[in-house]
Amino acid sequence: MSPVLIATLRVLAAVGLMLLNGVVLIYMLRKVLGHLHVRLGPTELGPAGMFQTLADVVKLLTKEDPTPGMVDRVLYFLAPLIVFVPSLAAYAALPFSSSIIAADLDAGLLFTFAILSLVTLGIFAAGWASYNKWSLLGAMRSIAQQVTYEVPLLLAALPPVMIAGSMNLADIVRAQQGSVWFIVPCFPAFLFFLVAGLIEANQTPFDMSEAESELVAGFATEYASMKFGLLFLSEFSNTFVFSALMVTLFFGGWTLPFVPDALLSGVGGAVVFMIKTYLVIAVLMWVRGTLPRVRIDQLLSLGWKVLLPATLVWIVITGLAVKLGPALIGGVS
Amino acid sequence: MTDTYTLVAFGVLALVSVASAVGMLTARNVVHAAYCLLAVSIAAAGLFALLEARYLALMQVLVYAGAVAILNLFTIMITLRRREDAVRPRDFSWPGLALAVTFFAAVAVAVAGGVLVPGVEPDVFPGVREFGERLFEIEGWVLPFEIASLVLTAALVGAVWWSREEGER
Repeated sequence: MSPVLIATLRVLAAVGLMLLNGVVLIYMLRKVLGHLHVRLGPTELGPAGMFQTLADVVKLLTKEDPTPGMVDRVLYFLAPLIVFVPSLAAYAALPFSSSIIAADLDAGLLFTFAILSLVTLGIFAAGWASYNKWSLLGAMRSIAQQVTYEVPLLLAALPPVMIAGSMNLADIVRAQQGSVWFIVPCFPAFLFFLVAGLIEANQTPFDMSEAESELVAGFATEYASMKFGLLFLSEFSNTFVFSALMVTLFFGGWTLPFVPDALLSGVGGAVVFMIKTYLVIAVLMWVRGTLPRVRIDQLLSLGWKVLLPATLVWIVITGLAVKLGPALIGGVS
Repeated sequence: MTDTYTLVAFGVLALVSVASAVGMLTARNVVHAAYCLLAVSIAAAGLFALLEARYLALMQVLVYAGAVAILNLFTIMITLRRREDAVRPRDFSWPGLALAVTFFAAVAVAVAGGVLVPGVEPDVFPGVREFGERLFEIEGWVLPFEIASLVLTAALVGAVWWSREEGER
């Protein structure tokens, strides 16, 4: 096969995964949040309401798509694309298993963060182009969040990188294969990553840019039909990518303890990876269903005054342990 | 075969970057200009990637497309008081024109007088790993790197100090 054909098929696979993930996550969100709120969620259509989401997709596709009169036309139409394309590109470096990975990049972790930081630019475009106070407020918050949490997120991901000695996501998983999962030696970093990631993925205790009780739907207020669909698809996809990164960095990726590696090298590993990722997403939804939304000023001061110094301190500790640990253990024995 | 694809990709990226650069200069709306600049930096990242300079491409996206573009929008956002202020009138000034003509003449003379040496592609492209090893080896660039990080830390501390209220200093 020609390299271009292979590349196209890989992109299409990522699009398929993204669409499927959107459908699954909407259903999961309704069911998980429903049961957390002691109600049933969708029940009517299909077994356990499973086809409700499909009906919603059809609804979204066939809805009328009005364009408000005062919008900034170019940016208004470009914004869903600026949001969607980076979300799609973020799948490239995720190692679903040691053989299933779209692009095995040396700096895969850095690539994923670099690409995901572009999503905010699309959100700002959406909010600014909409000519609506709520949209603009949502966009402003989203930029402020990005400026605040980009650094702690990267710093929180560094301890596993330091222990594994690589930014290649597949190598980070391989480093956890023989030893323990990195959540054990890097537990504080895991907590920092969880908080910063919830903010970057715009998840509920911190979804300031679309806080529906204050801002209608934030940056997405003026969008309808499939343009809104793209914005939301990318949001669900970012949740997936963030959870997948968490599985890769802290929960051993496609590996399982006590299971020989030969069993998990191909599709089996990908299945394990997906199950772990959706377990992490379920935990995120649990957080979402439990905690109330914070205020934007609390969010920003948490980022600058707590998370940033804490991640730096933890990096120093990890660095000392990585460099001095072998020497100390060698000295004792 | 691959050469054709590379050429097509280069053509598209070059066109996008030149068109966005022109768009950035001619846009009267500062927000549009900021997004044109974003397109230029992403196209530049694509050009780096075509040259197999993956690390530079990544840095281009992370620093220019990510951080600098965000900072531009942040500044625009906190300095605009009304949305209409984003559209700037086209000011004409003779000194500006003179500066532009001088600069263009200088660049034109330099380009016309210079000889472009065709580049030679290495057999093996150094990857991120080789780059990192070169950067951090003792005889390499580790000392300038550390000095740069010290300067940045000093700037950060200074910025925090300056941004405090008068009474807190």
